[in-house]
Formats: sequence, C-alpha cells, structure tokens
Amino acid sequence: MSLAMRIISRLDIKGPNLVKGINLEGLRVLGKPESFAKFYYEQGADELFYQDVVASLYGRNSLHDIISKTAKEIFIPLTVGGGIRCIEDISNILKAGADKVSINTAAIGNPDLISSASKFFGASTIVISIEAIKQPDGRYMAFTDNGRNATGKEVVSWAKEIEQLGAGEIQLTCVDQEGSGKGFDLGLIKDVTSAVTLPIVAHGGAGNMQHVLDLAEDVPVSGVAISSLLHYDYILHNRHLDGYEDEGNVEFLKSKRALSNIDSVPISQLKSFLIENNIPCRKYE
Amino acid sequence: MNKPYKIAVIDYRISNMYSIQNALNMLGFECEVTSDYSIILAADGAILPGVGSFPEAMKHIKALGLDKTIRDFIATDKPFMGICLGFQLLFDSSDEIENTAGLSILSGKVIEFPKKIKKMRVPHVGWNTISKNNGASTEIVSPFFDSDEGEYFYFVHSCYVVPENKEIIHSTTEYGGIEFCSSIVNKNIFACQFHPEKSGEKGMKVLSEMFNKKMEK
Repeated sequence: MSLAMRIISRLDIKGPNLVKGINLEGLRVLGKPESFAKFYYEQGADELFYQDVVASLYGRNSLHDIISKTAKEIFIPLTVGGGIRCIEDISNILKAGADKVSINTAAIGNPDLISSASKFFGASTIVISIEAIKQPDGRYMAFTDNGRNATGKEVVSWAKEIEQLGAGEIQLTCVDQEGSGKGFDLGLIKDVTSAVTLPIVAHGGAGNMQHVLDLAEDVPVSGVAISSLLHYDYILHNRHLDGYEDEGNVEFLKSKRALSNIDSVPISQLKSFLIENNIPCRKYE
Repeated sequence: MNKPYKIAVIDYRISNMYSIQNALNMLGFECEVTSDYSIILAADGAILPGVGSFPEAMKHIKALGLDKTIRDFIATDKPFMGICLGFQLLFDSSDEIENTAGLSILSGKVIEFPKKIKKMRVPHVGWNTISKNNGASTEIVSPFFDSDEGEYFYFVHSCYVVPENKEIIHSTTEYGGIEFCSSIVNKNIFACQFHPEKSGEKGMKVLSEMFNKKMEK
C-alpha cells in the first residue's frame, strides 16, 4: 500500500454560487456549492478546494458562510483560496472551518508572506497556487487574478522560490487547458514536479478519465483538482439543483452544447478506473 | 448516561480547532474549545488537536500554563487523545524548524522526513494506509477495529514520531520507504499522526470509539 492519488473536487465560487468557466473566464452559474460539495464527499472525494474567483478582484472575502456550512457536515480536508492577503485573513478562513489556504496574488506581491504564514500555521496549511500561461516564446509565466495579470515570474523558478520560502504544497493551474477538457499540459507539470520536492496538485484540462490516468501514470503529482468533469455529471443527472434548474446556464449545460470535450464522470467511477489501472486510490464504499 | 459526554478541546491559540469541534458535535458529544484548567479537568475526555509548527505550539502551551493542565488531565485516567501535532507534542523533542523541547509525557523524539530522497515529497499530504504493529503490547485497548487494517486515513505532516518504547506503537504507515509510527496507545492516551476528524466516515468512527468505549469502561 502507499500514498493514494488525491482526487480533489475544485469548486469555483462567486458570491453564493458555484460557477465554472473556460480558461478561468466566462463564468457560468451552476448551483449551490454546498450541495455539490456534499455529493462529492459522499462519492468519495479526497479533498475539497474552494476558490473564491472574485475575492482578489474586489478586495473582499465572501466565502465564510459557505466554508462554515461545509465544515459542519463534511469531514475531509477543505482548502480555500481567493483574496487572502495577510496572516489575519488566513486565521479567519481557518476559523471558519478550512484546513488549508491557497494563496496566489499576495504570495507574488509579498513572498515573505509564504515564510511567515508557514512558520505560524505550519507549512502544511499553506498552499501556493500558480496560474501558468504559455507565452508566444514558449516560456510559461505565472499570472494572477484568474489569468488576467502578468507577474513577470517564470513558472519553474517561481515554484523553486515557493519551496525555498517554506510552503507546504503547490496547486498548478494550466490556464490554457482549464475548462477545456483537452487533457493536462503534461510537459509543464513534469517540469514543475521535477524542479521541486513539494507535493504538486495539477489543475486544468481533465476532459475524461483517461486524461487523469495519463497524468497519474506519467507525472509524480500528489493530486489532481477536477471541476467540469464532476460538475457536469452532477447536473446531467439532475441531482439536487436547488431551484437552479430555471437558470439559463444549467439549461445550457443540459443541452450539451458546452460538453463537447467533457466526458463527465462521478468520482466513484473515476476512482474505480484508476484502481483498475494500478493507481492507488482511496476507494469509498 | 443521560447527559452527553463532555469533551474538552485544548486551545493553544494557533491551531484550527473548528474541524475537531464540528466532528465531535456531529457525533453527539458536547464539546468545548478552551484553555481553562478547571473546565478541562472537569471534562469526560480531552483532545490536544494539532495544526501548526512545534516551536510555536510549545511557546503558546507554556505561556498558557497548559503543560501542567495536560499532565494533570492525563493523570486522571480519563481518555486523552492527541492528533497530529498534538500527538508529537507529547514526546521529548522535535526537530521541526529548530530543536524544541516537548511535553515529555512519553519518551521519544520527533524527526523530519528527509528532504532529498527521490520520490519522496514533503510534507506527506494525503490519504495513506495503516498497518497494525505486531510488536505492540497485548494490553492495548484501542479505538481501532481489527478491520481497519489497510484503511486509508488523512495525513498532513513533515515530521514523524519515533517513540522509545516500541510497545506503545499501535499502527505504522509507509511513506517513501520509511515505516513510521502513525498511532500509539499508552494507558488512557491514544494519539495519532493522521486526522480522524478529516478522514471521512472511518475517522469519525475512530473518534466515536475512542470516547464512547473508554468512557463506558
């Protein structure tokens, strides 16, 4: 037996709603995050990742209610990102019931935050998120604010710096792949995993079970963060839509126009598929 | 018992107490997060939770006088549980960040996973399995069922405990070629490196067994 490949349900949240975009843009409302989260927990998700997608744009944080509701009924790790600027912000998110925080913008603006937060809360509480975008010259650069703002930092060297500063984990989002269902950017993920010894969670591109298997077989990632693949399965099977059925966005998904690259699947089935292919996973009965 | 058992979650001000509190509430225990000596000593059971760094935690524990509180509670023979950092703090010392003295309630030290071993990523984060220690003392009464052998629990840590007395080791877990101690049982103490409050239904079962069984004795 060995450490299991973590299947992390990533939920992008805007105000009270679960949203999903493509390349982190063009967000559509899908439903109530708590209902999706509960379903993923029951299906055997290994972790939940909540990203407040507007917090750092508007300089506020609206997630606390959703976090505390989730933490009362879901007993797997919960990581929360979006708009975290200082030690006090981290403290407040942990108090609301999160187990780990994920930081991007503030870590780039003030790398010392990584070391001070890791010392104070323990390295394993601090996840640094990298939004990587491939440039015309072939280099991968780190961005902030859902891939909108360039930082001038090259992804692999930034990952090494993050490790030096003492973070506990990196979530690597390949923005060009995100929401596309075209598969992971294996080259980039490989470059980052071989540059550092921190655990790496890959995010962006899962369009079917085979994509996840290709990643797990090829690259020593610790986990994979998945959203569209799971969200679309939830919606297509008419699971508790909480009145969101009437929203044009859900209708849009159900009409299958958005699904051409996404072969949706529930977590339980994805895990069985990985286990059959000798990737250790925690199976949930 | 008509009244629910009351469990004190020992608050040393840097840890995330809320997960454990939520889990205990869900299981129907009454629960109070506190650093108050008399409230802790009056509780039916106590938990030393753990997220944070060892030196920072010891600093707060000493400043709040909790070293005496923990020692006195354990001396009452009521069930006491240490989780993750709360497990490590019970031992003599830790290498995390800088060598720091622990509570020395149990003998042994806390050491870091080697950082430069191939294929080993530190911290050890995620779901890993537990194996029963066959060399454990036969007197051990634990919150695990035998059927928990090979079950997955959630871990997140960079250091692990090396107890001096191998008989208290209740389970071990393998990571990067290292077989480390993932839980101990010693009299009324059960302590584990994994987070039962974050290990789904299996973890909830450990919490409920720990306090229901031991209190009914």
